[in-house]
Amino acid sequence: MVEVQVLREVVSSESPRDDLIRRERFPHIWCPGCGLGTVLKCYVEAIASSDIPRDKHVIVSGIGCSGRMAGYVNIDSYHVTHGRPIAFAEGMKIVRPDLEVTVISGDGDLVTIGGNHFIHAIRRNVDINVFLVNNFIYGMTGNQYGSTTPLGARSSTSPYGCPEYPFNLPLLAAALGAPFVARWTTLHVRQLAEAMKKAMKVKGFAFIEIISPCPVGFGSYNEMREGMDFIKFFLENCIVDHNADLNKVAISMRPGDPIILGNFVEREAPTYHDLEREVFRKAGWLK
Amino acid sequence: MNSISLKFVREPINKHLQKIPLGIIHVIPERCKECNYCIELCPRDVLKVGEERNFKGYRWPVIADGKALDCIACKMCEWICPEFAIFVKEVDRTEWIKS
Ligand SMILES: Cc1ncc(C[n+]2csc(CCOP(=O)(O)OP(=O)(O)O)c2C)c(N)n1
Ligand code: SF4
Ligand code: SF4
Ligand code: SF4
Repeated sequence: MVEVQVLREVVSSESPRDDLIRRERFPHIWCPGCGLGTVLKCYVEAIASSDIPRDKHVIVSGIGCSGRMAGYVNIDSYHVTHGRPIAFAEGMKIVRPDLEVTVISGDGDLVTIGGNHFIHAIRRNVDINVFLVNNFIYGMTGNQYGSTTPLGARSSTSPYGCPEYPFNLPLLAAALGAPFVARWTTLHVRQLAEAMKKAMKVKGFAFIEIISPCPVGFGSYNEMREGMDFIKFFLENCIVDHNADLNKVAISMRPGDPIILGNFVEREAPTYHDLEREVFRKAGWLK
Repeated sequence: MNSISLKFVREPINKHLQKIPLGIIHVIPERCKECNYCIELCPRDVLKVGEERNFKGYRWPVIADGKALDCIACKMCEWICPEFAIFVKEVDRTEWIKS
């Protein structure tokens, strides 16, 4: 019996992490090789190893393939209108500062349609975590280009190449004063989960850009039709440099141009909550 | 490949005390979408594409011939799997083989 087990894989019906996922919804809707499932895995591992009780964690997602994230995590989860998860999360954190509020959503959702919320939440240093899944495209609606599509990359609305410069998100977040700014890919699973755990501890706005394979959307227009094509690209082109000059970390997705990864910013700054309390004290509303 | 590179490494004097863990691989066939991440990213080439198909038509990973004892329980397959379809339980190699 023992020998049979060790010589063959064991067929099972549930994983040890099924406590933190909504297992009745599996298999999930994401395409084969989509990086979103790996992001989910890293997030639930980060929750499981964080010192924060499970019932204090909440997740907010917007609309898109990435927006489905909240629906798969077995904690209080909120699926809100397109582009608005940061606004929703800010409100929740301000009213319930005891909660560990995490937004996981797409690039289209958070910085294209929802870009203004992103900018202002960082400027205020609201104490939330934003894990932005960057697949370089509006996946769910048919692969139109957006504010993160690399210059020259093809999409359904840029068949001859995207004519716009993409956002350099770590630079933007750092310039606005975010206390924690990181970037990892879904290949860097352990570093990503560690960064998520750090983000949960940070007081203030913690931002992680997660570069994620989208073989069916972005990949089908840019000769990366399999998830492994992205993973090979990451293996060949990623460089970890925690002290990178953030002016130089924009992503081109051209072979030979590095994708720079790391925990770029780790600093302390008073949060919106701290500053608001100070005003309340001055006004005499708080002791 | 491994044995060649190991030749140049000084043998630790406490080598007999060192333990290489053994992983017992578990799969959930119905969840797999055949992305092959687990197979391609296993540092010990333990896995291969299986022959059977699940209800969606995907072939889940199985242990490659003669590789069952090569798994070192690094859990890369478990971490990278986007479907929560593979996981590894670590056991004590010497204890396990003895029993
Ligand atoms: C107000 C509003 N505008 C537009 C849409 C259509 N829409 C749905 S998903 C989506 C794109 C989401 O892109 P992204 O956040 O990058 O997620 P992905 O699908 O790529 O993961 C858009 C434009 C919508 N649902 N609501
Ligand atoms: S279209 Fe892209 S992002 Fe959406 S599920 Fe498929 S691979 Fe994932
Ligand atoms: S645990 Fe590591 S060695 Fe074992 S099958 Fe998975 S990836 Fe391979
Ligand atoms: S990583 Fe998961 S989904 Fe992909 S082939 Fe392996 S078991 Fe199947």
